[in-house]
Amino acid sequence: MRDEPILQVQRLEKVFGRSCSHCQHQDTRQLEKNFCPYCGTVYACRNISFELFPGEILGIVGESGSGKSTLMQCLYFDETATGGEMFINHEDFKEKNIFALSNQQKRYVRNHILGMVYQNPAKGLKMNFSSIGNIAEKLIAAGNRHVGEMERVGTELLDKVHLPLFRMKEEPKRFSGGMQQRVQIAKALSNYPPILFLDEVTTGLDLSVQASVLDLIKTIQREMGISMIVVSHDLAVIRMLADRTMVMLNGEVIEKGLTDQILEDPQDAYTQQLVYSLL
Amino acid sequence: MTFLKIEGLEKNFQIVHLGQTIHAVQQLNFSMNQGEFIGITGKSGSGKSTILKSIYRTYLPEAGRIYFDSEKYGWIDLQKASEREIIYLRKYEIGYVSQFLNVMPRTTARELVEQSVLETGRSLLEAQKEAEEVLSHFELDRKLWDTYPNTFSGGEKLRLNIAIAAVKKPRLLLLDEPTASLDQQSKQKVKEVIQKLKESGTTLLGVFHDIEFMDELCDHIFEMSQQSFKRAGAAL
Repeated sequence: MRDEPILQVQRLEKVFGRSCSHCQHQDTRQLEKNFCPYCGTVYACRNISFELFPGEILGIVGESGSGKSTLMQCLYFDETATGGEMFINHEDFKEKNIFALSNQQKRYVRNHILGMVYQNPAKGLKMNFSSIGNIAEKLIAAGNRHVGEMERVGTELLDKVHLPLFRMKEEPKRFSGGMQQRVQIAKALSNYPPILFLDEVTTGLDLSVQASVLDLIKTIQREMGISMIVVSHDLAVIRMLADRTMVMLNGEVIEKGLTDQILEDPQDAYTQQLVYSLL
Repeated sequence: MTFLKIEGLEKNFQIVHLGQTIHAVQQLNFSMNQGEFIGITGKSGSGKSTILKSIYRTYLPEAGRIYFDSEKYGWIDLQKASEREIIYLRKYEIGYVSQFLNVMPRTTARELVEQSVLETGRSLLEAQKEAEEVLSHFELDRKLWDTYPNTFSGGEKLRLNIAIAAVKKPRLLLLDEPTASLDQQSKQKVKEVIQKLKESGTTLLGVFHDIEFMDELCDHIFEMSQQSFKRAGAAL
């Protein structure tokens, strides 16, 4: 086990709004949940720091509006982080703050090092393209030009996520939710990213489909050694997947630790309530 | 050779919204040698499992030290070790078996044991071979190997649970009331399984209710009372 993190985030901040004299200063601001009661500025992510190690799954739990998805969007550059730094252990970007890179470089990072699976497949897929075309799109973005090779990779991945291959030329809009999610996972994997973000990927799926998606994620971790951040409000999903877990509330990380420790010996009042709510 | 040494262990649970503190373990001292089988007994709620979970770091103890003689790290204080170190130790050196089987849904018994081997970085071929070995060693009916464990009986689940932990060949195995809620016949099988583990050289620390069971297997028995050990003595 190498012990150098593959991804490191320090003091990440994401603010929506202009902020006012009441909330400008971190030490004196008094927020109502995560927003300023005077100007309505939302502090969606506050002072978030963590490390992700090679091959590990890091879980993030928290209620709706706690800032989990905003955090993921900042990491994947869907949103621009307001402050903080991100480092990736990659030869081209050693000791460079990824957030400070040019847009072109960020695109490179996104296309070659990162993968993202959204809760809503419509965000990660072109619903009117064929499934294999969706994968080709990602491969082209990563610099592939060889059609035969792209078809080979696409077929292999769709097979890996158990999509019946005779349907690979169909558009995802005709698929069930679970199938769409699996196509999205295949697409995210197509450039073999060392880091994969999964945002509420099992939410809204029925139990049987959920089981197959969970199994797929575990298999990917085991066989490809990909490091993942898994966001979910479902503690059972986190328990199955994550080695370590962070708990978020109102834009802050209020507790982090080994997943079984978070679930069985939570220290923070909110985490305790969350665990007591577990069915 | 001392293998595990606990000094002044304390664990309380703060229930924040009630403003209450539950005292589970107070000033506990204890040590054990490699290859030994130590049993802990005591009333329900006396803090037996808390000791095991503190060693496994499922619980964060408040005070005290838990020294473990690790192959990789040498003497390490499990209470202060980093999360990464604990994850490593759980993978390669310390196993934990409870009476509950908590596994990936829709995964067969055979796959579960194989995955346990794969986690330690060994090849699929090795995993398949070792899974078969350990499943037959712990006498899980061959018919069950390719079925899902949520249909298993309590005793079968437990033997699978032990197989999943034992296949990694941990140096220390923590057994948290593995025989609770089993009938005599299943208990007998589990006893044989534990006997086999002991013979293979695994150091075992277990919590049991069944004194007779412990007397037959354990080298020493400790009794929990008032959040600490009341007496320590050799088994009869």
